Amino acid sequence: MIEAAGLTKRYGRTVAVDNLSFTVQPGRVTGFLGPNGAGKSTTMRMILGLDRPTGGEAKINGKRYHDLHHPLRTVGALLDAKWVHPNRSARAHLRWMAKSNKLPAARVDEVLELVGLTSVANKRAGAFSLGMSQRLGIAAALLGDPEVLLFDEPVNGLDPEGILWIRKFMQRLATEGRTVLVSSHLLSEMSLTASELIVIGRGKLIAQSSTEEFVSRATENTVKVRSPQLPALRQALTGEGIEVRDDADALVVSGVDSATVGELAAKHGVVLHELSPQRGSLEEAFMQLTGDSVEYHTDITDDHAVAAAAAAELMSQGK
Amino acid sequence: MTLLAVERIKLFTTRSPWWCMVMALVVTVGFAALVAGTSNADDPVTVATTQFGYGFGLVVIMVMAALAVTTEYRFGTIRATFQAVPSRSKALLAKTTVVAVLAGVIGEITAFGSWGIAKLIKGSADLAINSAYEWRVVAGTGLIYALAAVIAVSVGTMIRHSAGAISLVLIYSQLAENLIQIIPNVGPKIHRWLPFNMAQHFLTGRPDAGARGADGPPISEITYSPWVGLLYFGVFALVLLIISLWVVNRRDA
Repeated sequence: MIEAAGLTKRYGRTVAVDNLSFTVQPGRVTGFLGPNGAGKSTTMRMILGLDRPTGGEAKINGKRYHDLHHPLRTVGALLDAKWVHPNRSARAHLRWMAKSNKLPAARVDEVLELVGLTSVANKRAGAFSLGMSQRLGIAAALLGDPEVLLFDEPVNGLDPEGILWIRKFMQRLATEGRTVLVSSHLLSEMSLTASELIVIGRGKLIAQSSTEEFVSRATENTVKVRSPQLPALRQALTGEGIEVRDDADALVVSGVDSATVGELAAKHGVVLHELSPQRGSLEEAFMQLTGDSVEYHTDITDDHAVAAAAAAELMSQGK
Repeated sequence: MTLLAVERIKLFTTRSPWWCMVMALVVTVGFAALVAGTSNADDPVTVATTQFGYGFGLVVIMVMAALAVTTEYRFGTIRATFQAVPSRSKALLAKTTVVAVLAGVIGEITAFGSWGIAKLIKGSADLAINSAYEWRVVAGTGLIYALAAVIAVSVGTMIRHSAGAISLVLIYSQLAENLIQIIPNVGPKIHRWLPFNMAQHFLTGRPDAGARGADGPPISEITYSPWVGLLYFGVFALVLLIISLWVVNRRDA
């Protein structure tokens, strides 16, 4: 279990993490969600004792990281897959880590096997692809068979196969009863991986709830209706006090389900061409919730600019 | 002991220490061979002059020692290290110890190797090590290399960047200390108390009658015991080490 209490990190006048409190329970994957620059990595570094909090504290199984005896046996973490000396072999990298926590040398080969790197164990880590580096990082995290695991943006830059592998792997670790905290800036990814969410923006806690609850609360459920008799339909709906807005040649009805809309149309003898329930997109919901808290806000309105920004983000992820 | 083994694995599973060891050996023994080969009856090779390459070896050792820590920052493995060993002082002390011991061993090998090759080339020269001075100038190299390694590791820890740390260590030890002598009046007096000059004094101070300095001008102005020079150099290394530990414990990794 991970507990953060009033965790705060200030760099000069900038507040990276602001009085953050949450708990991460064992037995399920917990997603740590927030836009880029929200303070996710800083929080993880503070949990691991790498960064000193300006205020508050983080505890793992009731202890501060510094007080854990042979910490790799309790906590495994993958913060950055590139944190390996490029001229050192994968096996040598794991060997010194194993030695430092008095883990048997045989464990190194076990974890290499587990992540499927046995055949390249003696190759220099600098020549690894991102996917292989990521696997090596996971092997390092699993070395001490820890109860608590932290992964910082583990699927960033991976191909679909790699993403699927990591997603399944994390779920398996959680089913084994471990505490798994995974950060991401993509809600769509987290909705597939995590069953619990901790959402932050600008270092502040926005929500902690189950993924399902978060998604349903955040997304607006609407019904889209098309009809040749739109004015009559609009009148019928607004007459019942139902909220309606125009969307090209259709109406978007919110607050009621499709059955209600259909029955109302029948009662007023309105012909319908389409009656479809719409589920709000996750990304929209996420943007809506964290919109005020994005670190670098731009006032982009036209679609062209939005597409350009999205492309730029994709490029930076693939770096 | 575990932590020493960890740092030993880390050091020997990258290439740079191996290259540095080979380079240190080549420059020191190479110069000794050159000195011995070009010596003649008027200008005979002595135990001290076989150590001509000592300064070059020192440069290589300090580069190796600085890199041992700065590459950890460069590649982010320092965070993996502190994750595995949250006590940063222990982790860094283990690293310093391993690097210093290696530097000391290289120092002894290069010093005796230089002496040995000269003996091999000029068997007729008087190269018997029998005075305290001759022992110091050869066997003392390992001690100076070990302490210089502690200095370089400490500076590397504080600066974190390879280029910056190496420049600082080399410019200071090879250039700055000597340039201070140029300052009129006080320059030479200050220079007498600078750490690398003290290290030099330990090796070549109080020479035997008629002996020539191993490298650079003889340090005749310093009259107290050469062992004071070693102590001074050791205290300087220790102070830098303590500062670097203090810095690393305060700083975010």
